[in-house]
Amino acid sequence: MAALIQTEALCKIYNRQRPDEVQALSEIDFTIEQGEVAVLKGPSGSGKTSLLSLIGGMTRPTSGSILLSGNDIAKLPERFLAGIRRKSFGFIFQQFNLLRDLSVRDNILLPLYPTELKTAEMQKRAGEILESLDLASKQKMKVRQLSGGEQQRAAIARALINRPQIIIADEPSAHLDSKLTEELLAILTRLKTEGKTIIIATHDPSIYQHELIDRSYLMHDGSLVEAEQL
Amino acid sequence: MILNPGILALLFGSTIAFVMLLYAAGLGVKILSRWDPQSSSEEQLLLERKTYLVSTIVNFAFGFEILSGLLFIYTVEDIHRLFIGAMCATGALNANQIGWLALLIKIILFFAAALWVHFNRLDQRAEDTPLVRPKYLGLLLLTPLVGLDLFLQYSYFTGLQPEIITSCCGSLFSLGNDSVASELAGLPAKPTMLAFFLIAGSCLIIQTLCLASKKAIFRYLLFVNALALFFISMASIVSFISLYIYQMPTHHCPFDMLQQNYAFVGYPIYIGLFTGTLFGLIPGLSQPLKKIASLKREIDKYERRWLLLSFFGIVIFLLIVAWPILFGPFILLGY
Amino acid sequence: MISGKLKILEHALLSMGRRKQKNFAIIAVYTLTVATLASILFLTQSLRTEARNVLLDAPDLVVQRLAAGRHDLIPNHYAEKIGQLPGVGNVTPRIWGYYYDSLKKVNFTLMGIGPKERDLQLFSGELPKTAKQCALGNGIAKAYGVELGDSLVLVDSQNRTLLYEITGLFDHQSNLLTNDLILLTEPELRRFFNLPADRATDLAVQVYNQREIATLAKKIKYELPDTRPVGKTEILHTYDTVFNWRSGIMLTVFVSALIAFCILAWDKATGISAEEKREIGILKAIGWDTTDVLMLKFWEGLAVSLSSFLLGSSIAYLHIYFYGASVLTPVIQGWSVLFPEFQLTPAIDLYQIFVLAILTIVPYIACTVIPSWKSAITDPDSVMRS
Ligand SMILES: Nc1ncnc2c1ncn2[C@@H]1O[C@H](COP(=O)(O)OP(=O)(O)O)[C@@H](O)[C@H]1O
Ligand SMILES: [Mg+2]
Repeated sequence: MAALIQTEALCKIYNRQRPDEVQALSEIDFTIEQGEVAVLKGPSGSGKTSLLSLIGGMTRPTSGSILLSGNDIAKLPERFLAGIRRKSFGFIFQQFNLLRDLSVRDNILLPLYPTELKTAEMQKRAGEILESLDLASKQKMKVRQLSGGEQQRAAIARALINRPQIIIADEPSAHLDSKLTEELLAILTRLKTEGKTIIIATHDPSIYQHELIDRSYLMHDGSLVEAEQL
Repeated sequence: MILNPGILALLFGSTIAFVMLLYAAGLGVKILSRWDPQSSSEEQLLLERKTYLVSTIVNFAFGFEILSGLLFIYTVEDIHRLFIGAMCATGALNANQIGWLALLIKIILFFAAALWVHFNRLDQRAEDTPLVRPKYLGLLLLTPLVGLDLFLQYSYFTGLQPEIITSCCGSLFSLGNDSVASELAGLPAKPTMLAFFLIAGSCLIIQTLCLASKKAIFRYLLFVNALALFFISMASIVSFISLYIYQMPTHHCPFDMLQQNYAFVGYPIYIGLFTGTLFGLIPGLSQPLKKIASLKREIDKYERRWLLLSFFGIVIFLLIVAWPILFGPFILLGY
Repeated sequence: MISGKLKILEHALLSMGRRKQKNFAIIAVYTLTVATLASILFLTQSLRTEARNVLLDAPDLVVQRLAAGRHDLIPNHYAEKIGQLPGVGNVTPRIWGYYYDSLKKVNFTLMGIGPKERDLQLFSGELPKTAKQCALGNGIAKAYGVELGDSLVLVDSQNRTLLYEITGLFDHQSNLLTNDLILLTEPELRRFFNLPADRATDLAVQVYNQREIATLAKKIKYELPDTRPVGKTEILHTYDTVFNWRSGIMLTVFVSALIAFCILAWDKATGISAEEKREIGILKAIGWDTTDVLMLKFWEGLAVSLSSFLLGSSIAYLHIYFYGASVLTPVIQGWSVLFPEFQLTPAIDLYQIFVLAILTIVPYIACTVIPSWKSAITDPDSVMRS
């Protein structure tokens, strides 16, 4: 069976042919199977975020291929990447990246606007997700009035609203204390049991040592130096 | 020259549209010369992003052209009072030779821009954007057309001499005159009517065939037929349809029906005709593109919708046109 | 499909509401621009209609005499000759002239009325009956600060200062032509201007069949080669031309204001704040396409322009029809020496609204195209780090 995501010789060079050229990734071969949870470890600047954004269709590689369920998305025009980001991925960012002046509910609905869903269906989905993440009572509040943990859950709710197959989380615990990190891990564990594939970039041991991790990669200077199956 | 607010708005707006299209054409040249879908360079990415700008500009220009077509007719209608002897818009258009030409270019521009917007959207749905070259070459043709439109409007309005005595519908379309317009009006009613309904009928039949079968030949037939229907409809509107709408044996004006006096009935008539024609042309024009795999998939997905749009456009047009002929008190063929 | 796209519109309105300060400035300036343009359009349109209404009562044909290519007094016996032509009704010799007051620096029309003058509408008091009486248009009464029963001082052609008792006034709602009008009795006016008794300023000719005006004009010209017949329709055309021309000139001036406004709009739209840029980055990262953001920006632009458009044209409507175009008056003073201060009849002309919309909305949307595109192509990657 083909892997859900497989990259081959993936390279990313920022500012190519300019004095400030940076090779962020070189020759990455990364694989993850359906339903697995993988973690990317490595020091700051080692290329974790770059790899996640390539896999998630946020940007295009300089060379190499990214197979998503067997289809190469590396050379797709940008307008197709937007659809892929929307349909296949849910993103949890380091900063929660919510629109602070909008209500929780409106924030969660945002990824649905470009879709062809009916309004009633949108509201139904939002209701279910708010319920499952214990945000139903806060849904009318503006994001800036929420606590850090609630913002984190709102961000997760937004990532889930399109029912993506894959969750991408970049340093999700960077702004959380240990109690909230526990809560986050509980949610991730639940998502894993629901069959979601999860990729997490982190250098927080409480995450990469957690039992839910199936695979762990170490990055260094833009290369995957070590892969271990747990 | 007449300085009327409507004229000012037309010239001002058209200038804006032309300048923007010039800019878009500049981008188009750049895209044409550097486009390389295989490359993942930043330059290619920037070009890809620039195609959005070009599309937005052409969409804007297309929207503006529709509005400006209306404004042109309203303005001509408004200034007809300045011409002695002009009783309606037709009279003002006759005030110099350029009036009708300007209107013709506007109609051509409408179809050209609509087709560009259409094929651009189709192309954007394909992963390999196979139409980049023809599209941007087309843009290089569209731009001078917008310039020509601006130029013709400018010459028409600056060339107007308010004191001039012009002929109006009655005399322009009167049978003794030998202008094209009067020839249209002078078309014998019975054969024209017959030809009109024959072509319209065959158009509906071919559309049904296209809906039922995938054969290329029907699409090409529809293309030819839709084109023919457009011209004969325009001639028929001047020749006999207008007479039935106004219920008067000599009123041939194709514009008066847009006014409140006639319950704005001209709008559904023209919207039906233009939509029907446009979407009648599209399947035939798309047929050769089915050779490209990525486009074939998209065309197959949407072709039915185009055919239906075309079908209903023409049905609406025909219904409104045929109504007064069949049920109205006015009888043309008898007298 | 529809619901999703409508959601983008909803979001556009919502995010406009969130950026009140930024949008307030642009809407304020935009509204002002629209209001100015709309005032000019509405005003000229009303004056045009007003002039047409006035001319509806005007004589079908006015016959003047030309001497050496200039307007000259016309002998009264021409009236009989014209009256004998078939199709001609009454022929009335008219006496009138211009009077310039060097102190007030204004021009009036002085007109003589015969004994059998018909009823006048929008008129209070009585028509002058004796040589010492006069009736005035509202503009003149304002200019001199006089009222019914006061006296008016005029200097006649022999340089004698004369006092006239004001027996009648045209209401201020009355029309364009009476605004600068002074009525005297006909014999008094002849004396005032020192006119010969057997001549008139021109002849007002009534024509039974309106379609024959042009033919009759030709006939009169043929019979009396030294005359110039002017048809009512010709006057109408001239008025229309003049009003179109006036408003055209004014608009040209204000289109430059419009351009200045566009530059401001451009500036506003280009300077997207870091916050806004971050938001668009987020939208793109969570799956919005460039076209979705362009759509968002288009709705925003449309909302700004439509609200300013509605606001601006309402202000102009109030300004012209309920506040007597008070702001524009100084600008238009040159139109006639005494600008009429009467109330214009409120009228909405869809064509004018359409012209106004194209004149103001099209350039604004055009100005926002490039800035919108610039923000729409924000790299979604950018939100992954900051
Ligand atoms: N947009 C960019 N332009 C230039 N260099 C960049 C850009 N984004 C990331 N980099 C560089 O790429 C390298 C990898 O960064 P990143 O993927 O963010 O690492 P990590 O997430 O592991 O900290 C860094 O050296 C960073 O400076
Ligand atoms: Mg990082």
